[in-house]
This record gives sequence, structure tokens and C-alpha cells, in this order.
Amino acid sequence: MTLQTDYIGKPTSRIDGPAKVLGTAKYAAEFNVPNLLYGHVVSSPIAKGKITKINADPVLALPGVHQVFSHENVPSLAWLDRSYKDDVAPGGSPFRPLHKPEIRFSQQPVALVVADTFELARYAASILEIEYEEEAHETELTQHIDEAFEPGRGKTGYQPPKSRGNFGRGWEQGVAHVEANYSHHAQHHNPMEMFATTVEWLGDKKLNVYDKTQGAFNSQQYIMKIFGLSKDEARVISKYTGGGFGSGLRPQHQLFLAVLASLELQRSVRVSLTRQQMFSFGHRPETLQHVALATAEDGSLTGINHFAVAETSQFEDFTENVVGWSGTLYDCKNVKLGYRLSKLDVYTPLDMRAPGAASGSIALEIAMDEMAYAAGLDPLEFRIRNYSDFDQAQNLPYSSKNLRACYREGAAKFGWDQRTPEPGSMRDGNLLVGWGMGGGIWDAQKQPALAKVSLDADGHLTVSSGSNDIGTGTYTIMTQIAAESMGLPIEAVTFVLGDTELPEAPVQGGSWTAASVGTAVQEACAKLGEQLLKQAQKMDHPAFKDAKIDDVQFANGQMRLRSDLTQAVVLRDLVQASGEPKIEAQNSKLPGMVDMIKPPKYSMHAHNAVFVEVKVDPDLMTVHVTRVVNAVAAGRIINPKTARSQVLGSVVWGISSALMEESVMDHRFGRFMNHNYAEYHIPVNADIHNIDVIFVHEEDAEVNPLGIKGLGEVGLLGVAAAVANAIYHATGKRVRDLPVTIDKLL
Amino acid sequence: MSHITQAPLDRLPVALAPTQSVTLHINGQDHTLQIAPWTTLLDALREYLDLTGTKKGCDHGQCGACTVLVDGKRINSCLSLAVMQEGSEIQTIEGLGTEENLHPLQQAFIDHDAFQCGYCTPGQICSAQGLLNEGKARTEAEVRELMSGNLCRCGAYPNILSAVMEVLTNEESGTKNLKPKEDVGQWAAGATKPDMAPVEPAK
Repeated sequence: MTLQTDYIGKPTSRIDGPAKVLGTAKYAAEFNVPNLLYGHVVSSPIAKGKITKINADPVLALPGVHQVFSHENVPSLAWLDRSYKDDVAPGGSPFRPLHKPEIRFSQQPVALVVADTFELARYAASILEIEYEEEAHETELTQHIDEAFEPGRGKTGYQPPKSRGNFGRGWEQGVAHVEANYSHHAQHHNPMEMFATTVEWLGDKKLNVYDKTQGAFNSQQYIMKIFGLSKDEARVISKYTGGGFGSGLRPQHQLFLAVLASLELQRSVRVSLTRQQMFSFGHRPETLQHVALATAEDGSLTGINHFAVAETSQFEDFTENVVGWSGTLYDCKNVKLGYRLSKLDVYTPLDMRAPGAASGSIALEIAMDEMAYAAGLDPLEFRIRNYSDFDQAQNLPYSSKNLRACYREGAAKFGWDQRTPEPGSMRDGNLLVGWGMGGGIWDAQKQPALAKVSLDADGHLTVSSGSNDIGTGTYTIMTQIAAESMGLPIEAVTFVLGDTELPEAPVQGGSWTAASVGTAVQEACAKLGEQLLKQAQKMDHPAFKDAKIDDVQFANGQMRLRSDLTQAVVLRDLVQASGEPKIEAQNSKLPGMVDMIKPPKYSMHAHNAVFVEVKVDPDLMTVHVTRVVNAVAAGRIINPKTARSQVLGSVVWGISSALMEESVMDHRFGRFMNHNYAEYHIPVNADIHNIDVIFVHEEDAEVNPLGIKGLGEVGLLGVAAAVANAIYHATGKRVRDLPVTIDKLL
Repeated sequence: MSHITQAPLDRLPVALAPTQSVTLHINGQDHTLQIAPWTTLLDALREYLDLTGTKKGCDHGQCGACTVLVDGKRINSCLSLAVMQEGSEIQTIEGLGTEENLHPLQQAFIDHDAFQCGYCTPGQICSAQGLLNEGKARTEAEVRELMSGNLCRCGAYPNILSAVMEVLTNEESGTKNLKPKEDVGQWAAGATKPDMAPVEPAK
């Protein structure tokens, strides 16, 4: 029976919706604290070399300019590399802003000009004369494939992908073969909100730091270690984040610079990066891939070979799982996987939505389409014949996997059975019509997280966890989970996040927030339930005298006996009777830690299958993605309304990756030349047409008690490949270098 | 190895023009500011008046996050200097609706989940109001096209479309503030299920 206060699984409007549509939601650069100074960043025009002179005097002479910070005057800060390592840092030696005169990447922050107003700081920064000795730089990955190396294991957290069987033998056993190279260029996250930090100086080194981040605690740790601040002195607040997509996983330059200026000048300071400077830090690395596939007579895969080379910086080894998925997604005995890095004079790459998998699935899923054609099979039928019911890479059964339903329901909704296989065989008037498909797999992960719940005498429940909501819907789903757990109306629950004074939660990434923080909230609510039962017993409530926690339920604002629902007590009455202003409970971190040590019994993953229609003008070769069906198997969906939006956004990202998005490096300068929103193309409203999202039924008691697998990444997988495959079906042109721009089709 | 000079100072920097008094009429109220003449309307709103509902996404007129209405027309406030708007009627997101009385577009954006991170949202809503004022868009294709000056990196475009279409349709049929239409099909593009009614705690 569904209770009145059952909210999990119900489409629910965003709790933070009114604040966002009214413009009252405050983002990092919007805290207009008194006596604020403004910092403007000066970026290096060269990719490699050394600063020889900074002519700060004319700038400092301008009335209203307070300081020009550079390597020449930065005070002595933390010395060891580990002090600069944030939670998400890869192996290596993190970049330290304003530390040395050496230039290691184009647009490196070289100075911060601080002034009374934004206008003055920007002007003063524009006239700061800096001299450099430029050295030859290397930014072209294709020129450095031979130097690529296998990343160091262990210490950096990197686990090489596992090969199995004998690919050479599998290749020979095959009767049909495909082998090709695939590539995509660097991409930048480009969240709408530019990176900014407002540091409020509260006196005596005590700071309120309003930061754009995906993890307030990560930012806090970073500035504590570098500037020697205590937890109390370095409070980081991040209630609203204008998009992240991975860019906010690591603290960015402006956090360091704003805190530095605030501590040195003993004033409140704001530093915002410009859209151009949003290209001065992490990005999805350019990745070159090679895939070879072979199939037997019956269309079963006899061999998979997937090899990737990606760029990294000179100072850190950024690694991601590009090829590992190719050993899991399909059934195959002989799998050979390889992954290498090549160091370039660029900033360290950074996790970007579905890091690794988004790149890997482009190569694998286009190759699967090519293989299907080579084997004379329909691309969907080919995937079904190679369906994996057991994770061969981890040698574990799946906790749940309903990818079959994604195939079935997605294909039915799309009308895939109407497809004629020959390229160019389908038309809409003059337009070429192409139907393509793809799909992917992503980890269902859970991190340790803490949450606190507090029920007051008015019956209002405040739930807090220092997590984040970058647009994912965290505010809303945590409110739903808490309301259902305590049987309270949703209006009686407030969820608070984004503050280091709250219980600690991990950075928002990896699709793990719903599972991690959701579980923490559920556990905290369970503890509160036990306390409320004890309180009822203290009050000598006869019905609850011998009741155990399993004998009661929380619903409709009451605690009641399962065996006799008329035996009930209103929750706020319990608080009032306790004599305390509120009853509180917090989950313990332990279960998460223990879970992590235990060897896994199951392979836990979310999956998707995506079907795409393109229409191509045969004369101009313009491509329009006219229809997409994305079917997702991601366990339990807490809020179908916000979940659907997340997958819609993923599809838009996939279309973007397939047709538009690339950071174009001019290797003469070692600089991304299209570093603005006019030239870094992403879709606009007119580019996006019909998108259907299907969540197939998937129950999973193993991933976590709520059965959540996470949705941030999985919807993106296979979309770009499906678009490229549809373009092949429409035109007969197989483009393996993304994005598929018109020049590649003409 | 070559020598590079960034921002070469051939001469000493020019003396800064003095700040000046500028009076702006925003959301029905006059505000007088003492600002540098090259202060953009966007920065005047955000940095001097704490009207931070108007967002900065690029500062170059490329993203639309800073869209406000000036004399009923939508403009990118980052491409206008504040001094140019003396005597104009400026309307920002803060002047569109209130928590107790949301503007139909604001309600439709919530109902259709037409945003995720919310950063482009005030610009989208102001732009949509400008589109309604223009009276040019009738069809979905026209709304898509005429809302294409506003980027949304979260990719909420289908929901933005359905939110704007709902308000447009209601305005055209002269039945403002109608309840959202029931779903045409489950999860049809842009459609959302109505939320469950709020429940009251049992006594």
C-alpha cells in the first residue's frame, strides 16, 4: 500500500526551483559582502618559458589598486607537494599558482591585480607589463605517440585495464574483422557559471569562502593545507553551483588567488575567472584510440582489442578508464586492452562528465557498428548476440543488469524494426535519413558520507550533509528520501548542503551522490526513528512499551504500530514531550568504510542503450539530430522528473560531442584558440529536437539499500557514437574523428 | 628562445576617467550610482545594486545569461554600458515575480523542470518574456530559434521549449494562468507529470 508520505519514485518539482527562477539563489560571485576588493587574473600568453620581469609599479600607482600579486611577492606558503594535493588530484606534482617564474601552460595565471572595483582591477590587469623568455613547447599529441608511457601504478591510484584470453588467437578465429583508429579533441566543461570565489574576511584569519566547487570539503582541505588555516578559519560555503560536469572536482586557480589576497590584504576579496580563463585549467583530454574486433560465423565476438593514448601535463599524470569498459560491456573471451599517456605542455586534464567512458564508448560503439555491418548483422541484433550476463573483467556476477530491457523498450519506442540497413536507403523527401545506435556502462559507486537529521518541536525535520547540488537534483531527492523515511510531508523537511560546517560528504562526482548521501540520510533517519521510539517508551506510551524498531512505521507525520495502525503518536508530540528543543541523529561513517574494505561480491553497473535519427542535407551535408530515444537501466529512480532532465542533458552533451564540441589548439602558440562561447560550439535550443527518456525497471538490493545506481554519467554514453553511426547510415560516410563537422562529410 | 612582452607599456597608463553619477530605473525604482563610465549594465546590477539574479556567463554577449528587458526588449546587459540606459525602463528577473506570486514563466519553468543548475535560468526567463513581447514566435520551431541566444550547458532545452510553449499558448488563447496541460504521452518531449499534491501531517 502506498502511504501518503511515500515520495521516493514520485516526480517531484525541484525544491530549489523557486530560488532559481526568482534569481534569489546566490552563486559564488554573488555574495556582496561589505568592503569587498576585486581581483583580476593575468594569464600567460606563452605555453612554455619563464617570466623575466614584471613591471608592477605603473599599475600600483593607479589610485584604487591595492596590490599586484605574482611569484615575486607571494609569501612563504606550504612547501610539500602533498599540501597542494586535493582529494581528486592525480599522481604527480600539483601546479602552484604564482609559485615560480616558470611557465608550464598557456594561460597560466601569472599575476593577480587587486583593486577597489571590478572595473579598475580589470583595467589594471590589462596594462600589467610582463616580459617572458619563450621556449619551444610541445602540444601536439599526434607527434608524441611514440613517447607515450604506461602510467605508474599503485601510488597514483591508477589500475591498468585487465586483458584476458589471447586476442591474437581470437582475431585469427574470426571470419569477419574490423580495425580502425578513432579520435576526439580536447573538450572543456564550460559550466555556465564561471569559476569564482568570494572570500569574506571576518578578522584574525577567519574566512567565509564562497567557492564554486563540486565539493566544499575538498576546497577547505586545499586552503587549510596551503595557508595553514584551521577548519574553523576556513569555512567553505557552496549552496548553489552553476554547473560543474567535473570542472569543480578540483579547486581551481581563483580559490588559491582569492584566499591569498584576502589573507595578505586582510580584506574581503572576490576573484572571478573570465570565460577565456575557463580554458586555463582541466579539460577532457584529447584521446587517440585504436579498436580491432573479430567475429565468428554466428556473429559472436572472438576478439576485442582497444588501445588508447591520451594527453596529460608535464607535472601530473591524469588517468581515466577509457578502455576498461570494452572488457566488460560485451561477452568475449579474448580481450586485449592498453592505455598510455603522453606528456605535453598543457594543463593537467580533468574528469569531465563520464570521464574515460565517454571517450572509450565513442571508439567501441562506432567499431561495434562497423563490425555489425562487416558481419552482416543489424547493429542491435549484433549487440544482443554478444550480451554479457557475467562480468568477465572482474569475474563477478552483476548485482543487476537490465540492459536487455533498454534494447527492447528503446528499440520499440524508436521503431528500430522499420530500419533498412543499407546506407542511404532511407529518405525524408530530399533529406537523407540515418538511424544509428550505441550504448554504454558506468560504475554504480558509493562513497562514505555523513548526514544529520534534526526534528524540532514543530515537527519540522532539518536534514544536513555537506554535499553539493550542481544541478543534479540533490536538494530534491534528499528531501524526498528523508520525508519518506520519517513519514513526514515533504513541506516539513528542509535539506541543507554545501557548507563545511555540516557533516562531511564527498565531492559530487562519479554519479555517486544519490547513492552515498541518500544512504547517509536514510541511515540517519533510521537512528532518529530509534530515538523517537525510545522517547515514546519513556513517556510510558502503552502501545510502544515492548515495541522494537521493526514493529513501528513512520507515515503521515506519525509513528505507528505496524500490527495496529490506529496505535499512533504524532512525531512533534514526541519532541515536545522530551523537553528538548529538538531530537537529533547522525549516521556513522563506519558502514561505508567497511563496505570499501570487503571484497566485492558483485559487479555493480548502470547501462544504457540509445537510438538516434539524423537527417542530412545531401547537398550541404548539414546534420540535424531529429529524434533520440535513450533507455537507461540505473536501478531505482528517486525522482523521475529530475532524473529525466539529467538524461536529457546527457543526450544534448552527446549530440554536442558528436557534432560540435572541440577545443582547437593552435600548436604554433600552444593555446586553445576558440576559448569563448562563440567559437567553442555547444548546442543551442534550435539544435535540439525530440528526445525520449526511458527508465527501465531494475531492482537492486546489492548496490545500496535504496537500490540507486546513479545517473550523472550513464545517459551520455554511446550518444556521440550513435549519432556518428546514424550519419554513416544516412550517408555511407564513416567518420572516426569527432566532432563530425561538415568538412568531414563533404 | 624568444623574448615576449605582454601588454607593453609604451607610455604611462592614461589617467582614469572620474566616476560619474548614473540614475537607473530598475523594476519600477530609481537607483543612483557613482560608477566608472565604462561600467556595464550587468556589472552595475550585480556589483553595485546586489541584483545578482542577472547572471554573467561570458561577458561578451555570447551566452545570454545576462538577458534583461529594457523598455520591454530583451538585451544582453553585458553589452550595454549602464550610462546608456539612463531614462530606460529596466526589468530584471527580480522584477518579474515574487515567491508568493510567481510570473507564469517562472511557474512554467518549475513545472516543466526547465533548468538544472539554474545559472542560465533568469536569462532564459527574461528572454522568453522578450520573445512573448515581440509576438513573433508561434510554433515550436520558431520558439526554438528565437530562444537560441540563450545557452544552457545543462541541456534543458526541451523543457525550456515546453515551458515557453505553455505560456505562449495560454497567452494566445487569452486564458492566462491556466493549469498546465495534462501529459500527451508519458515522457513525451518536454512534458512532465503533474506533481503529487502536497499532503498534510495527520493529526
